[in-house]
Amino acid sequence: MSKALSSNYTPGLPIAWKKILLKWETLLGLAVIADFGLNTYLSPYFLNPWTLSDASFNFTEQAIVALPMALLIIAGEIDISVGSTIALCSVAMGLAAKAGFATPWLVGLGIFTGFLAGCFNGFLVTRLRVPSIVATIGTLTLFRGIAYALVGNGVLKSYQPDFAYFGQGYVIGPVSFEVTLFAFLALVFAVALHKSVIGRRIFAIGANPVASRLSGIPVERYKFWIFALLGATAGLASILLTSRLGSTRPSIATGWELSIITMVILGGVSINGGQGSILGVVLAALFIGLVTFGLSLLNFPGIVLGIVTGTLLIGVVAISSALGQSGRRRRS
Amino acid sequence: MLKSLFLRAPAVTGLSLLIIALLLSVSIAFPPFLDPVNLKSAFDDTALLMMMAVGEMFVLLTRSVDLSVAANAALTGMVVALFNAKYPGAGILPVLLISLVMGSALGAFNGLLVWKLRIPSIVVTLGTLSVFRGLVYIISGGAWVNSGQMSHAFLNLVRLPLLGINLLSWAGVLVAILAFLFLRYSLTGRNLYAVGNNPEAAAYAGIDAGRLQCVAFMLSGAIAGLSGYFWVARFGVAYTDVASGFELQVIAACVIGGVSISGGAGGVVGVILGALFLGIIKNALPVVGISPFFQLFISGMVITVAVALNSGTQRKTHGRHILESSKVTP
Repeated sequence: MSKALSSNYTPGLPIAWKKILLKWETLLGLAVIADFGLNTYLSPYFLNPWTLSDASFNFTEQAIVALPMALLIIAGEIDISVGSTIALCSVAMGLAAKAGFATPWLVGLGIFTGFLAGCFNGFLVTRLRVPSIVATIGTLTLFRGIAYALVGNGVLKSYQPDFAYFGQGYVIGPVSFEVTLFAFLALVFAVALHKSVIGRRIFAIGANPVASRLSGIPVERYKFWIFALLGATAGLASILLTSRLGSTRPSIATGWELSIITMVILGGVSINGGQGSILGVVLAALFIGLVTFGLSLLNFPGIVLGIVTGTLLIGVVAISSALGQSGRRRRS
Repeated sequence: MLKSLFLRAPAVTGLSLLIIALLLSVSIAFPPFLDPVNLKSAFDDTALLMMMAVGEMFVLLTRSVDLSVAANAALTGMVVALFNAKYPGAGILPVLLISLVMGSALGAFNGLLVWKLRIPSIVVTLGTLSVFRGLVYIISGGAWVNSGQMSHAFLNLVRLPLLGINLLSWAGVLVAILAFLFLRYSLTGRNLYAVGNNPEAAAYAGIDAGRLQCVAFMLSGAIAGLSGYFWVARFGVAYTDVASGFELQVIAACVIGGVSISGGAGGVVGVILGALFLGIIKNALPVVGISPFFQLFISGMVITVAVALNSGTQRKTHGRHILESSKVTP
């Protein structure tokens, strides 16, 4: 009983919460700086604007999807079908490109396909009340399956030359379009989550769905639209990725859901919902990006990077848990 | 009697009827499906899914989830394959022992993190999933271990014919029976349900939820490790991507079989049916002559529809994430 009382003790909560946030992001920020220094020390090629710009490419697309994923996890749900959604969008664009549609149409189609996929997930979760992890395990297979059914083992690559801009273009000097877009979206998401009513409600929904519903927040509608937003953003990431690679295979973005969720969790978002910040997610994305790029500069194969990301994920959450700031609240 | 059966376990009864209908329609329309060789192979495939799904069920019952089962199987499978390649004369007993011990050690690692550090299981196993996969690459150097490097005993154990089916299928049956008895008659088995159903009440009754979660992870790991050896022996090859993504099918089999993702509900019978259902579909599709590129689509369709339908029968168990609107409207 006393446990229940203390966890419902709200007046002191905002301050403690802010303190934790501050700590967490300081930790991450220090880690980013430390890794930056380490990479500089380890490789003479690292500290060069163009190298850094190259480094940004391999995590920006995932980081863009991590932003709405953070919203979704804060709201107490999860979507593990994003990698398959990206593949589905890429296939839709590839087929449209083959049929001769111009680039603006492809962009619209990519985002719209993702939006529909997200709506479908949202429908399963909010209308049919399938637990989100279960629903998206199903759609993970389903979306990937549609991609394979449409393309088989073929490749779609009849993209117009101007389509290459999204994933390969630069805005000014070494600043790529992808990074600019990510910075812009991060800003928008940060404002929406931390400075708007919508954001406060998302936190409320994740912290206590029942209380939120009783206080008049349309919980299911919010969740549905976050799923839709996540899908549309996955479509956007799909445009960037497809444009960067210049071709579509149905196996594109396999396993991305894990890296994206890792970014979000590493960024301090509680898997149980109700806690987290966009700044944390951005820092975690930077950190993972720098570590992976540093390791690839040292010629480590891709799969070894998985060990590092996995260890980081567990290690960081374990440290935070040991410091007593874990998501114990709603675990049992 | 039929009515009472329906009332007691609607999901299980419905699923068994569906499986029978599926089997009948496939066998009538495509008699080659009933070819003994095909049936045996289908049963072997399903046995692997069944074993791992039973392991996963233990974890799901305690309100946790184990995403690392397939990676565990890959790592343990690689270790025993390398062991066998190096010491082909050591026989089969050490192989079995290593796979069980190593599997449960990997499971215990997950379990301890969940128990002692109270990290949510989805985070822990998301991490160990990548770590285990990466380790497979490191210990094998990215190389494959082929059937040529494995001893006959190592390869043939799973193919040993026994009363019409292979030993691998019997292993699946045995695991299921043991799990059934364990869950129904042992104190630990009953406590797994208690912890998942109502952790607070379980704690007041003196049950350590964390410890039981750890036990569930160990069991799941041990079964995954054993399945890893079986997998490698059955397909005659060990490599980094063995059983890649299989954890999702394992969880799908559980959910289709009526195991609640929010803990405390589900049983071995349901899981077996869930695994059979997925296994039959997977093995019937090639017989029916569907292009391999459509098979994933159909599996995805089936899984999505099945979990959507099944969630309707589970409404009375409230989840962590999903709250019933009926509870809220006064």
